[in-house]
Amino acid sequence: MPVPARRPVPIRFEGVEKAYGPARALAAVSLEVRAGEFLTLLGPSGSGKTTLLMVLAGFTRPTAGRVLVGEEDVTRTPPHRRDFGVVFQSYALFPHLSVGENVAYPLRMRRLPRAETARRVEEALALVRLEGLADRRPDQLSGGQRQRVALARAIVFEPRVLLMDEPLSALDKKLREAMQIEIRRLHERLGITTIYVTHDQREALTLSDRVAVIDRGRIVQLDAPRALYERPRTRFVADFIGESTILPAERRDGGLLVAGRPLASDHPVPPSGPVHLVLRPERLRLLAPGEQAANRLDGHLEDLVFQGDSLLAEVRLEGGTLVAVRLPPRGPDPARPAARGEPVGLGFDAADAVLVGEEG
Amino acid sequence: MAATGALAAATTGPGSREALTRDERAERRRLLCLAVPALLLVGVVALLPTGWLFWLSLVEGDRLSLAHYARLVQEEAYVRILWTTFEIAFVVTLLAALLGYPLAYALAQLPERWAGLGLVLVLVPFWTSLLVRTYAWLVLLQRRGLVNQWLLGTGLIEQPLRLVHNWTGTVVGMLHILLPFLVLPTYAALKAIDADLLRAAASLGASPARAFLTVFLPLSLPGLLAGCLLVLVLALGFYVTPAILGGGRVLMVAMKIQENAGLYLDWGAASALAVVLLLVTLLLFWLLARLVPLERLLAGAR
Repeated sequence: MPVPARRPVPIRFEGVEKAYGPARALAAVSLEVRAGEFLTLLGPSGSGKTTLLMVLAGFTRPTAGRVLVGEEDVTRTPPHRRDFGVVFQSYALFPHLSVGENVAYPLRMRRLPRAETARRVEEALALVRLEGLADRRPDQLSGGQRQRVALARAIVFEPRVLLMDEPLSALDKKLREAMQIEIRRLHERLGITTIYVTHDQREALTLSDRVAVIDRGRIVQLDAPRALYERPRTRFVADFIGESTILPAERRDGGLLVAGRPLASDHPVPPSGPVHLVLRPERLRLLAPGEQAANRLDGHLEDLVFQGDSLLAEVRLEGGTLVAVRLPPRGPDPARPAARGEPVGLGFDAADAVLVGEEG
Repeated sequence: MAATGALAAATTGPGSREALTRDERAERRRLLCLAVPALLLVGVVALLPTGWLFWLSLVEGDRLSLAHYARLVQEEAYVRILWTTFEIAFVVTLLAALLGYPLAYALAQLPERWAGLGLVLVLVPFWTSLLVRTYAWLVLLQRRGLVNQWLLGTGLIEQPLRLVHNWTGTVVGMLHILLPFLVLPTYAALKAIDADLLRAAASLGASPARAFLTVFLPLSLPGLLAGCLLVLVLALGFYVTPAILGGGRVLMVAMKIQENAGLYLDWGAASALAVVLLLVTLLLFWLLARLVPLERLLAGAR
């Protein structure tokens, strides 16, 4: 499977809605997924991200709206005719079949010749680095290996689209990070349109071309990982993606006040409603006495924690809010206070003063 | 916790390892004590009488002899009884599987509330007295019974059918009484099958029918076999229902045992029959256990 045999297809959701009685799991979601794109649906549990994936896979019937794959309307196509590879959170490996038989299953359903099936199964297992395990039973495999079998089974028949529902959530952190890199590599190699569901924002940022943040059944922001992190559009997105401190800003004479000082920001001010300032811990620095900064906040150092790759300083502002500041773990830094409880100044650039409204 | 415990033991000097081993043994002994009442009960109520049974079947007059067993093979009446018993037991099991599997499947697909109601409907007859149900079938199936009246009324038949005091009546009654024993383990097994597996099959291109045949059915087989085994074993030793609904024309092993022991006071002959029944049952268990691991059979699916 060195070269993808099929052209990647785009996917379009048009006003897809799913209601369970009075409760709406999806509220008229419209979304375009580009051909060959790796798009992640990111949201807290119960946000509707899995429902959207299940609608796409054909396991859940939407209450309204259409789903198009390429030019084809698949809204009413049964799942077995959609030709999508799906990786389930539980892996859903068939316990009564060997690894090889599991991977061969979709080819058997398509009545491929025996020799062709054997060749493709071997290739798929090699692709996920499970050569030689074809005769094992799923229950003889480790979690990471099962995950790979599920992946091999979902791509062996060269589906039009690959769907993954929290596929790594059962693995430990180290294995999860290794698998993320493998999934990326696989996607680059196959070029297949991939939709990935997760509640782990770091995973979403690591894997995706674009991320759709979902909250209460609607997409609140759709952006590339970097844009999502650096320019969140709502308070929810800022809070959900990465670490941040969110401070209320006050409108005053066309400008903004934060903690009583005028704010210098390169970012556009939301046109109406309450405004919040989003501060990323790694964009803040402790000011040396007399040092100048575009923006300054004053407080007391409350705690200083060594975390290996960084030092986490917690600063209590005069208003009472606790701000997290991430500092390089060592090196000469005259501004670093020696003791807890000492007064410190926090500085940040106008470029890092991100502003968000309450809603998008 | 375990690590610190071991460390403490190692540092308290010689003898501590033995002390720990002693503790562990004592703990195991205490655990065993919990099983003692049940073990005693099984020993006194089941194992001893079974041993006694074996002994009786091997004694003729006052010396060891295989005469009781020889009779089972030589006398046509005994051969016929054994044949009838197996025939009826297998037919009842087969029909129970054919009726029970779809029922269990339907119940497993229903939402929780309706499935609960369905299970109650399966269980209510199960909780009713065996005798009551058997006599109810006698009434329903007799010459002027409800079933015949209805069939006559619809014009499907002109003469009442002989539905009872024969093979048919026995099978109908036993099937009704034994069906829950098949439905319940099968239902449990079907419920234990992860719905994601069927979704996975569909996403991989299996139509609902093929997904059923290639994934659901194979995974449900241990549960179904467990149910079949239960029904078969119960059917082989059934007494009341064939005695009443067979009307004396259908002789099964259990009835012959009763006759030998109760009527002719021939304990040797009765014991030999019982031993054969027991051995056949064990043989069936052994055969099935070779197909499906026993603990899987008894636990339903997984």
